Amino acid sequence: MTVQALKQPGAPQSNQSATLLNVFLRLVLLLAIDGFLIWFALSAFGEGYTSLGIVIAFIGAGVNYIILVRDMYPLRWMLIGLILMVMFAIWPILLTIFVAFTNYGDGHLLTKVQSIELLQQERYLPEGDAAYSWTGYRNEAGEYALWLQNEAGESYLAYPGTSLIPASEAEGVGELDENGIPVTISGYERLNALQVASDQTIPSIQFGSELDGVQIRSAREAAQLQLRYVYDEATDVITNQETNTEYSPVEGVWTSSTGEVLPFGFREIVGASNFTRFFESPAFRGPLLRIITWNFAFAFLSVFTTFSLGLAIAYIYNDRTLPGRKIIQSFLLIPYTIPSLITIIIWRGMFNNQVGVINRTLDTMFGIAPEWTVDPSLAKLAIIIVNLWLGYPYFMLICSGALQAIPEDLYEAARVDGANAWQRFYKITLPLLLVAVGPLLVASFVYNFNNFNLIFLFIEGGPPIANSATRAGHTDILISYVYNFAFASGRAKEYGLGSAITIIIFLIVAVITLFQFRYTKMWEEVGEGV
Amino acid sequence: MSSLTIKQRKNLGHLARWLMAIVLIIFAIFPVVWVISASINPSNTLASAKLIPDNFGWDNYRLLFESPQFPFARWLWNSVKISSITTVLSVSITTLAAYAFSRLRFTGRQTMLKGILLIQVFPGLLAMIAIFTLVTQFGSIVPALGLDTHAGLIMVYLGGAMGVNIWLMKGFFDTIPRAIDESAMVDGATHWQIFSQLLLPLMRPILVVIGILSFIGTYGDFILARILLKSTEQYPLMVGLFIFTSGEFSQKWGPFAAGALIGALPIMIIYLLLQDQIVGGLTQGAVKG
Repeated sequence: MTVQALKQPGAPQSNQSATLLNVFLRLVLLLAIDGFLIWFALSAFGEGYTSLGIVIAFIGAGVNYIILVRDMYPLRWMLIGLILMVMFAIWPILLTIFVAFTNYGDGHLLTKVQSIELLQQERYLPEGDAAYSWTGYRNEAGEYALWLQNEAGESYLAYPGTSLIPASEAEGVGELDENGIPVTISGYERLNALQVASDQTIPSIQFGSELDGVQIRSAREAAQLQLRYVYDEATDVITNQETNTEYSPVEGVWTSSTGEVLPFGFREIVGASNFTRFFESPAFRGPLLRIITWNFAFAFLSVFTTFSLGLAIAYIYNDRTLPGRKIIQSFLLIPYTIPSLITIIIWRGMFNNQVGVINRTLDTMFGIAPEWTVDPSLAKLAIIIVNLWLGYPYFMLICSGALQAIPEDLYEAARVDGANAWQRFYKITLPLLLVAVGPLLVASFVYNFNNFNLIFLFIEGGPPIANSATRAGHTDILISYVYNFAFASGRAKEYGLGSAITIIIFLIVAVITLFQFRYTKMWEEVGEGV
Repeated sequence: MSSLTIKQRKNLGHLARWLMAIVLIIFAIFPVVWVISASINPSNTLASAKLIPDNFGWDNYRLLFESPQFPFARWLWNSVKISSITTVLSVSITTLAAYAFSRLRFTGRQTMLKGILLIQVFPGLLAMIAIFTLVTQFGSIVPALGLDTHAGLIMVYLGGAMGVNIWLMKGFFDTIPRAIDESAMVDGATHWQIFSQLLLPLMRPILVVIGILSFIGTYGDFILARILLKSTEQYPLMVGLFIFTSGEFSQKWGPFAAGALIGALPIMIIYLLLQDQIVGGLTQGAVKG
């Protein structure tokens, strides 16, 4: 092997030049990476994605540190993995945590700056002195134009969407009448008084551009539109110029002293209020206790049933003298080999109340048709059955592996001492097995605690809990409850609240996971230190 | 009973266990048999499905491959492509990182290992919003990595490459005696030489297992692909199959069943062929709960 080549005398020298080449290659690589990252970060800032730019810059700094500092050598082995992990795993988690402390959601999707910008686009038509007298024109396509005259005697031609055109520069203006108003403008017909009076469209059209917008106020007068909202940075107040009402920001909504609010709320840090709302608001407290109880019960029952059945099968068929043992195991493994998304949907069809195969069979055999998706207890039972089907082969595999690792002489000794089959199982097999499989039981609990796919694809959390202030179902677990806040269509999205619940779920499973560390081999391996 | 010989009792035990096995096998394969029968039943609604269909036909399969509305072959190809590329790249990332965790000692090593596990248990549902935004922004800078591209999706999958599999892989590196690399080190071998020429060949069996598990995991993913891919043409199989379930699901039961079977087949074959190797890999860590 190549290792032998390294033993030859010439090796150290070639090693040295290899090191030089190494350093050179590393520098070239670093320059390429830096070039790309700098370009990327600058583009991000250019597009206005400040937070993305910051993350890229942060990653860039980390990459340089890892490549240039000698002590960081081990991390070079996982550089790409780390970059991608920071970008697509850690960063989204940090954002979720941040969002949990904001009111981000429908009505609060914009930043404060964006909300002010949007409000400043609104114009209104001021009362008072006429700025212009006007004459209307219309072309065959039903488009309008205005001829405007102000008190100083200046005339303008106005189309919707383009700046006012001074009379001297206007094109296509025909002969002027005694009042200085053109009889025709190319393509457009002048409207007479009757036409103007009966025209419903023209008062709602905004002529001119955004900056010098003009709108008709009465049959004779038109006026320049004014900014409706003016923001004062010093006092952090938005004033409605027409009514002189002042609006101050209250929890991301511009609110007047009388409680009037403006559209375009913005997102704002609201401290822990999402968390306190979650625990204290009566709207949540009702379904919450049920959901949490069911969440724990579901996770526990799932682990208990799948482990029990898996262990039973492994134990009963862990007998090499049994003919056809391999075939039985292969058949029993089948549920594990089909992507769970597919099988959950299949089970959903089978449990259909009216036309599902289960109810049709029960109906023919016993004349009953349980309402699986309507009755809360039956729905829960169905979920446990489906999850048992999905999950037992995993424990069957694990347990048959672990059983074979238990030394046969332990059983021999017990037999000699007169222990019966049940005692041998209870006193020898189970304790030894639990040592090996314990961490996997905890992992399975954590997995099922957040088993969104099953709850959502099978029954979408239903049946709904009646009289609940928030949308919640009898089979909802916390994570599927979160889905209702963040993604469910037809209701206001509350990302802030959803994120807060996510954090609470995370704390629960993190505590369980860390607790598991203490009692497992994994912990010892990490702790081996060396 | 006492009059039975040992051999008779043993046979009786076998018989009892076989009877029990038949009950269990019925439970295990019932949905599968049900789907097979639905897939060859030309009257393709849930209500008309029967265990033994009145007449057989391949109409549902033909519909899958001929209907322009559901580019099924394309979905299957997309799935295989995305899963294969993700698997190769993520196994490479995992293996390199696991080597460092197993053989090199550095500050923050234990913290990182624990952190990786904690990241895994974070409920990622809401992080999807952030991921969606990220990929959108990526796409406006580098369109090839944006929304509705397979490259963007794969990139996000790889963000999870530093995951539980690192623990699994590190465990296997740990089982290879350090004496092997220490003697090579004395002879002047670099870490890279030790990794690529000594340890990697020894790791081949477990690389295959982790590769398969990674492939199956990606193949079965639904949520990320659903969020990041927009056009029907780009869908992987799982997302495509999910389309069947929207709308009047019970009316499309037949084509769904046929698609589900074809989709499940590759994974079933892999499992049943490589059962023993996968069991070996699984017992080292929780990969699928």
